[in-house]
Amino acid sequence: MNSNHPLFQLTLVRFREFMREPEALFWVFIFPILLAAGLGIAFRNRPAEVLQIAAVTPQLAAPLRAEKLLDVRQLSPGDAEAALRNGKVALEAEPGPNGGVIYRFDDTNPEGRTARMLADRALQRAAGRQDPVASTDRLMREPGSRYIDFLIPGLLGMNLMGSAIWGMGFAIVDARRKKLIKRLVATPMPRHYYLLSFVLSRLLLLVVEVGVVLGFGALVFQVPVHGSLGGLALLCVLSSMCFCALGLLIASRAQTIEAASGLMNAVMLPMWIGSGVFFSAQRFPSAMQPVIKALPLTAVIDALRASMLQGATLAQLTPQVAILCGWLAICFALALKLFRWR
Amino acid sequence: MPQTAAKAALRVHQLRKTYKDVVAVDGLDLEVRPAECFGLLGPNGAGKTTTIEICEGLTAADSGEVEVLGLHWPSDAAALRQRLGIQLQETQLSEKLTVLETVRLFRSFFQQGPGALAVIGLVQLEEKAKSRVGNLSGGQKQRLALACALVGNPDFLFLDEPTTGLDPQARRQLWELIEQFKLAGRTILLTTHYMDEAERLCDRVAIMDHGKVIALGTPRELIASVCADHLVEFSAGAGPHALDLAALSAIEGIREVHRENGSVRMQVTELHRAVPALLAELGRQSVSLTELRTHSATLEDVFVTLTGRHLRDE
Repeated sequence: MNSNHPLFQLTLVRFREFMREPEALFWVFIFPILLAAGLGIAFRNRPAEVLQIAAVTPQLAAPLRAEKLLDVRQLSPGDAEAALRNGKVALEAEPGPNGGVIYRFDDTNPEGRTARMLADRALQRAAGRQDPVASTDRLMREPGSRYIDFLIPGLLGMNLMGSAIWGMGFAIVDARRKKLIKRLVATPMPRHYYLLSFVLSRLLLLVVEVGVVLGFGALVFQVPVHGSLGGLALLCVLSSMCFCALGLLIASRAQTIEAASGLMNAVMLPMWIGSGVFFSAQRFPSAMQPVIKALPLTAVIDALRASMLQGATLAQLTPQVAILCGWLAICFALALKLFRWR
Repeated sequence: MPQTAAKAALRVHQLRKTYKDVVAVDGLDLEVRPAECFGLLGPNGAGKTTTIEICEGLTAADSGEVEVLGLHWPSDAAALRQRLGIQLQETQLSEKLTVLETVRLFRSFFQQGPGALAVIGLVQLEEKAKSRVGNLSGGQKQRLALACALVGNPDFLFLDEPTTGLDPQARRQLWELIEQFKLAGRTILLTTHYMDEAERLCDRVAIMDHGKVIALGTPRELIASVCADHLVEFSAGAGPHALDLAALSAIEGIREVHRENGSVRMQVTELHRAVPALLAELGRQSVSLTELRTHSATLEDVFVTLTGRHLRDE
């Protein structure tokens, strides 16, 4: 395409307008990284915590020290009770009648309950208890099953939605408000080029947006991408097109930024909450599931998670892809019918 | 173009447009000849913008015919758009683009026309070519809008209130540019509510009021049709007697004497005879003059005479 082609010029203008808007750059590129970093740090996997407990006799303290997850301090009964009361220790063990043991702890405190189980297991085993069932622990700490692995596809989907809807909505309504659309329509510009230029500039920015979020996830948190990169790219393009169509529909008639902004938030809010960005959408009551499953963002996030974390192929994601294609077709057709060119 | 030269560049017949309960254009007839600058003059709300936007194919008329360069909306839209240069009243071009980027964008829509830099030179914005649109003054923005209208080397230029809101210097600069386009043989239709603009730029003027043309002709013809050549206006200090207006009316060459805002206003045909006679009469009545003004009649006076209102009365 030569550089004087109207579609090239229109797309270039979209791109320039976006790049010269510092706020837009922040929300699209910096914000998702800050969010992922913040949540990643908050929900990072810490090594299992060692609990502090108190024992009042050396006979009790010695076998308890065999348990690595307990930090045992031997204190006088008075000191032990004070330490328990002000939370310095989670449990106090003291000798009971008939060579038994008494645990003092707050059973409403999870640390107290855990300490009770650990302490009792250590004492019983030291006294010669044999566990009849052999048990083996497998720790779930490898990449692909942590909260950050769940979160990154969610953030990516949310970002795809936000940038497409805001990008389309604000730019179109602003141009309409400034009578710029009317001025363009007064030239020989083919109208579909105008709409197409938004889609093309979105695709260009998409490469950067998706790259930033996935790159950050991979480099900082080793979030895996098990599915094929090509499939993931297609999925992102389809998602972005679907949200572009939704944004176009929202912007098709609005005359003011306020009206458009209200509409955009009304459309996006249910998806921010319901589509499983930060927690699984399965947590909503089953009666709501059909509605939640039909939302475009749910389909996007489900598909992204399946592709990135389970390596699902596009063929396995047919239901989600079908939902997205449906939204795309309906929104685009409606938007073209309703679009106000002045 | 010998054949088209005989044809009207724009022909509007019995045009009608109603918005809800407001009749914006009410059975309008117009004819603009090739290579003439035609002005639609009228107060705000007279229907000028609706008329020009119907001619530009941006608004659909309720009824009536519009023929531009021998073509019609919407069937010939693609061909027409290539040949029209349009400047709208309220367009705000994107503030984040530079002048050159904006002109290149508009240039890309037209099959033929001068290069972007040449058009920028035409409107004397060379020094601002790399400036953001947001940093331009009002006059510079208006010249940029003009550049965007000129990129397709149009046969017909539509200018909707090209100088509204500009300072006098910027207005004069824009007038000079429009005069150059006139000399280049383009047909121009412009709307304005400035009578001096219409008088200076337009070969012919249609005065519009309430969606209708109430007067049509060259500015000179219009002025001659409704009033004498000159207007004289004076203010008088307090004198021993009340001013005798009837005696003033009796002077040869003086007509339509009336008071307006504390001064006295009259139409005068022969200034060099009437003014000495007027001064003599005022001296006889012992009136002390505080102010005396004469000016040639303008289109404003035509509008006032026809409607009893001023052009810029809201």
